Amino acid sequence: MNFGVLVFPGSNCDHDCAHAVAEGLGQHVREIWHQETSLEGVDAVIVPGGFSYGDYLRTGAIAQFSPIMEALKEFAAKGGLVLGICNGFQILLEVGLLPGVMMRNRDLSFICEDVYVKVENAATPFTNACESGQILKLPIAHAEGNYYTDPITLSSLQANAQVVFRYCDSDGQVITEVNPNGSLDNIAGIRNAAGNVFGLMPHPERCAESVFGNQDGLLVFQSMVNAFTEVHST
Amino acid sequence: MQPSQTDITPEVIQQHGLSDEEYQKILVHLGREPNLTELGVFSVMWSEHCSYKSSRIHLKRFPTEGERVVQGPGENAGAVDIGDGLCAVFKMESHNHPSFIEPFQGAATGVGGILRDIFTMGARPIALLDSLRFGELDQPKNRHLLKGVVSGISWYGNCMGVPTVGGEIAFNDIYGKNPLVNVFCLGIVKTEQLLLGAAEGVGNPVLYIGAKTGRDGIHGATMASDSFDDASEKKRPNVQVGDPFLEKLLLEACLEFLDKDILAGIQDMGAAGLTSSSCEMASRAGTGIELELANVPRREPNMTPYELMLSESQERMLLVAKAGKEDQVLAICKKWGIDAAVVGKVTSDGFVRLLENGKVVAEIAAKALADDAPKYDRPFKPPEYQDVLQSYSFDNVPDVKDAGEVLLKLLDTPTIASKSWVYRQYDHMVGINTLVRPGSDAAVVRIKGTNKALAMTTDGNSRYCLLNPYVGATLAVAEAARNLVCSGAQPIGVTDCLNFGNPERPDIMWQFVLAVEGISDACRAFNVPVVSGNVSLYNETNALSIYPTPVIGMVGLIEPAENATTQWFKRSGDRIILLGETKEDLGGTEYLKVVHYREQGSPPWLNLETEKALQDCLLHMIQKKWIQSAHDCSDGGLAVALAECCFSPQTAEGQPLGARMNLDLNRQRVDALLFGETPSRVIISVAPDHAAQILAFAKEREVPAVDIGEVGGEDFILKVKGKGAMSGSSIKLPISELFTCWNTSLERKLHE
Repeated sequence: MNFGVLVFPGSNCDHDCAHAVAEGLGQHVREIWHQETSLEGVDAVIVPGGFSYGDYLRTGAIAQFSPIMEALKEFAAKGGLVLGICNGFQILLEVGLLPGVMMRNRDLSFICEDVYVKVENAATPFTNACESGQILKLPIAHAEGNYYTDPITLSSLQANAQVVFRYCDSDGQVITEVNPNGSLDNIAGIRNAAGNVFGLMPHPERCAESVFGNQDGLLVFQSMVNAFTEVHST
Repeated sequence: MQPSQTDITPEVIQQHGLSDEEYQKILVHLGREPNLTELGVFSVMWSEHCSYKSSRIHLKRFPTEGERVVQGPGENAGAVDIGDGLCAVFKMESHNHPSFIEPFQGAATGVGGILRDIFTMGARPIALLDSLRFGELDQPKNRHLLKGVVSGISWYGNCMGVPTVGGEIAFNDIYGKNPLVNVFCLGIVKTEQLLLGAAEGVGNPVLYIGAKTGRDGIHGATMASDSFDDASEKKRPNVQVGDPFLEKLLLEACLEFLDKDILAGIQDMGAAGLTSSSCEMASRAGTGIELELANVPRREPNMTPYELMLSESQERMLLVAKAGKEDQVLAICKKWGIDAAVVGKVTSDGFVRLLENGKVVAEIAAKALADDAPKYDRPFKPPEYQDVLQSYSFDNVPDVKDAGEVLLKLLDTPTIASKSWVYRQYDHMVGINTLVRPGSDAAVVRIKGTNKALAMTTDGNSRYCLLNPYVGATLAVAEAARNLVCSGAQPIGVTDCLNFGNPERPDIMWQFVLAVEGISDACRAFNVPVVSGNVSLYNETNALSIYPTPVIGMVGLIEPAENATTQWFKRSGDRIILLGETKEDLGGTEYLKVVHYREQGSPPWLNLETEKALQDCLLHMIQKKWIQSAHDCSDGGLAVALAECCFSPQTAEGQPLGARMNLDLNRQRVDALLFGETPSRVIISVAPDHAAQILAFAKEREVPAVDIGEVGGEDFILKVKGKGAMSGSSIKLPISELFTCWNTSLERKLHE
């Protein structure tokens, strides 16, 4: 399977994502410069974390105008798998591939730590390697992860099982006390209605190798490989 | 030669911080009077900051050679061979003065500066550490400074994608008006790609890349620029403003130049900007440089040569491309969206020659600015108060009555308390190399593509240095090495940041000279060379100097990486063993300061041989995989260190582990036993069936070792037995209470 990792000026988790997929799963990876205009030969796209364009103006706001974004929208429209992590999630919101916006964290500071998330929907191309209700330990590192959307969109996200990850405690209780950034409904990750675009604030690439003593992150990438293999074996 | 627009009067010379004697030297070097641009160039190059004129003769004492040393002091950073064809490139720098004026930008641009020093060498930066000093947090100003500095570091480092993996913070009111911000950075480069800051190859083109030059940072140490241009704005910000996004682009572009092998030399524009970068490059290579200032990208029109040369705008680099490769350099800059221009060429005559539209506006021998800069053997003698400070009698200090209460008080002290409020704001995982996150004795990062890891630490106890600069400095080196060894690493190199007061005062110079001697002796004893460093003098406000604060940054190699060890107890039932001997060392301790409000006495005495024996013994045990955890005993002494062993960061998964321990008073004071800071001690925990073997091995190595108890339970139980022990000498407290006190202290104090 061929993964493509988009590289914007200011991306800084691009190499990490490529490393996790290549080393963790032995898949092919290509880094794709934002000035490129084609995603040919790519089976799944990762929009990595970082500070694209320095996060100037608003996180992810400038990246949506990069040349590669037209190709990405087309790729997503055709059902290609798109994973946005952290700043990548923010970019997918800005470009309209996912609904909602990100606000600054509730306490206005950058937060880097491990959190727990509950897998609310294990029937997606990004979570099929997880059990429904499984609790994952994943690191977050962001200043703008406070997800918000209007009540109608929220209801439809909930009704369509588009909320994939919620912040929870180590026992899986989704409670305000463990919500690190104030996000609506403890949302840590959502998918689009079609199910092929997924954005999340935690960094699965940071816990995809045994050397870190936690490989929960690998499940996300493994799920993508599973989904791809399934489609191509039928 | 263009006539200068301003006469060089004695006032102008004085405003540039040059002494009469120095000005006479300038006349000799030039054979004529300088114009204003030349005077400005001399003043910054001969400033303490750039020339190290007060410290140079002393820094020669440092051991700088060793099998692994690829690049010693004198370059942008030092480089040490770590095998597999790779070098670790590292350095530490201060950004003290700007951080007091404007903590956010001061600290941020400090991070930016040290990062450039590392990637200038061709290395990709993979870790940052910060050593910070502030006044006590009961003052709102100090809280403001801490918050500002931490946000600045967080903002710049996080955006760059370089993890901030460790460091240290200490609080003392002596830093109220002189906070210290020392930043350490380490990068990795293929040895064959190591680049130096030399203007090699006569005729090679010189390029300027990065941010446009503005009028920022033309600072008060030289002349305020508005004296010379009435039309210019009246007020200049003295602190530069950073742009981490631009620096990230510079980093990627520079590493791409390397891959293409199109550079002959590279130098970042830090302090003294274009002036120091061009002079240093020419001086190092023994060549000259000619710059056409009209081609320098600039933010504002009508900037004078003086302003262009002295600006300290951030995120700029000066490159020497290989002949004919300048188009490739420009193309890479275009890809990354960075301004770039050919601004000159390397010449053979040894002169730094500045042109403005073809007219020479300054012409100075590079050697005169760099190698031949003044150096002083300044007088030094101990301050008169030194004896009073050091000869403090403990006879009148009452021993502890309630050891548990004292332990809680110490754990609540910001210097000792958890720094998680700080490092939670730093991205300490980006790059996916961080094996040991902040909070243990040293940070550990893996080296991808190898089976190795590097451990890093910064250490320095300025109170020890105040009481005895020589001993204090040796203790800093010993603690740094001990922290690395506790993490499973063999120390391989040192960088330092020497923060002192005004060197023109003999008592301050005395502190400096002794500290350098201490660092030198200790580095020789541990066989770790000093490969880079920085000196920050004049840390003084209203004639009050900071305590002498030499900070040691040390790097160690862990091979294989799985030997990385942390300080936390791992399993119930493991035995707790104390390595090393506890003496009656109360002088200069955190305990004495916090409980008795005294910063006096002799600091703990360090025997370098004892220390070395302990470290060798411990490293052997770790490499044999005999032990579960190792933690150095330092601030707050044995009781604090034991408590810290229980504070595993994985608290979200359950309660921290408690411990049951017994200590023999052995005719000592209780406070000395529990809170004294005797060096050369380490707490290890081991599987029960390894305990006997470890005690026997320590005995063989003549390292004192005692089994003091067992990991487990929900309480921290430390029983003190022996003659003189009373009920209040022992401690029994729920571990959760100790943990909460320690873990929440900083945040509580910031929000009080």
